[in-house]
Amino acid sequence: MYNDNNAQTIVEYIKNFTRKNSLFMLAYGTGCGAIELPATLTSRYDAERLGVRGAATPRQADLLLITGYLSTKTLKRVIRVYEQMQDPKYVIGFGSCTINGGMYWDSYNTIKMLDKYIPVDVYINGCMPRPESVIAGFKELQRLISEGKADGATKYKENLDWYRENQKKVLKNWPLVEYNW
Amino acid sequence: MNTILFQLFGALATILLAFTVGMFYGGIRRKIIARIQNRVGPPIYQNFLDVIKLYSKETSIHHGAMQHMGPVFAITASITSLMFVPVLNGEGWFWFKNLNFSGDLIFLVYMMVFGSLGMALGAGQTGNPNSAIGVTRGLSQMVGYEIPFVMSMVALMAQFHTTSITGLMNIQVQENTWLMFSNPFAFIAAVLAMLGMFHYSPFDIVHAPAEVASGPVSEFGGKYLGLMMSSGSIFAFVKLTLFVNIFMGGAANLIELVIKTFALYLIPVLYGVTSPRYRTEQAITYFWKWPLFFGVIAILWASF
Repeated sequence: MYNDNNAQTIVEYIKNFTRKNSLFMLAYGTGCGAIELPATLTSRYDAERLGVRGAATPRQADLLLITGYLSTKTLKRVIRVYEQMQDPKYVIGFGSCTINGGMYWDSYNTIKMLDKYIPVDVYINGCMPRPESVIAGFKELQRLISEGKADGATKYKENLDWYRENQKKVLKNWPLVEYNW
Repeated sequence: MNTILFQLFGALATILLAFTVGMFYGGIRRKIIARIQNRVGPPIYQNFLDVIKLYSKETSIHHGAMQHMGPVFAITASITSLMFVPVLNGEGWFWFKNLNFSGDLIFLVYMMVFGSLGMALGAGQTGNPNSAIGVTRGLSQMVGYEIPFVMSMVALMAQFHTTSITGLMNIQVQENTWLMFSNPFAFIAAVLAMLGMFHYSPFDIVHAPAEVASGPVSEFGGKYLGLMMSSGSIFAFVKLTLFVNIFMGGAANLIELVIKTFALYLIPVLYGVTSPRYRTEQAITYFWKWPLFFGVIAILWASF
């Protein structure tokens, strides 16, 4: 009975429903995009009505929001934060800088494509994306979760070698322990 | 044999009732805060979604044995306190008579501290500096609010010559009055202490997310956070029901209970939503001024 397909589908449906309606968000706000988040979360745009809520630490968070560019120095912290988060976890790349480098496309010190270092589920385009687009991004992520397609964490586990290789290319002093799962 | 089974079912039903009511109160609180801040706010069942999601998350963190036992201690303390608080007047509800004995009020005053201590042990094991700061803040604040709370309880015990919660409830039923009118200063001191007990703003120095990254729970994710949220909801119900039982004459049925507890719950919620966070020493000195004064007056009132 417990391995019955319908029962599993119902359980998955409930899980996905709660996951999409309760996103604890950790905003990694070192880029300029962080300034859009107070507007998104407070009274004018109120992302809390969608169940999006700030989390204080990576352990509690489901959703990592990378707001803008990442220098190689902050990339270390982002990888560490991402690996501290508990499954299921999602990443939103926020702003042009996470897609192709944006205005930092020829900088010597920033990474250009975030997807090469950690798996990104949803991108929000723009420089800066306004709160409307941020909320549209949350909606898109919720759609992906309810369809079961937001599987960045499994992608990361399966292709860990590829991600590690890319990470080590830009991080000369490797700061993290090696995992063997 | 049957009576024991009925008691167990009754205890389970009590836990479920406390959990549901506490969770809905949390959701209503979030809605109230949102409306006061001119937002739409999450739906009132949002806390249920949060808890189900947290329980369905993977939890693969290991810092040591105490880290796994801390949340369990917290929820154990909440449920144990719940077992000693009568839900309704008279014969109990749903076959469940609470485990009262003569002296359970003293026991409860101790038991209500146990959850915070368990959480402090668990948070201490994680080694996160934010947890350590949060724990010290929490224990300092506990020193603050426990004193007026215990003084108010002692005043009641001395005034009515009973140390049992059911005894106090029976007195209210017999004399057809509420103890908040018989000893108003004890009620004021206890309510002011309750503000600190709830850890809501302005006394949310323990969980301050912007200062100490949610304090003791900063290393707890997934199921442990879910356990702590459940424990907090049950404990909120315990506190409110205890205050209703002691000061507001208890409740004859569940609707009366919900109305009375919610009215009482609005005090910390509305006081919190309009006040910014205190610093640690401000919070402690707050409790050691007026609430302590009212506690002393309550004891004098009881003895003369």
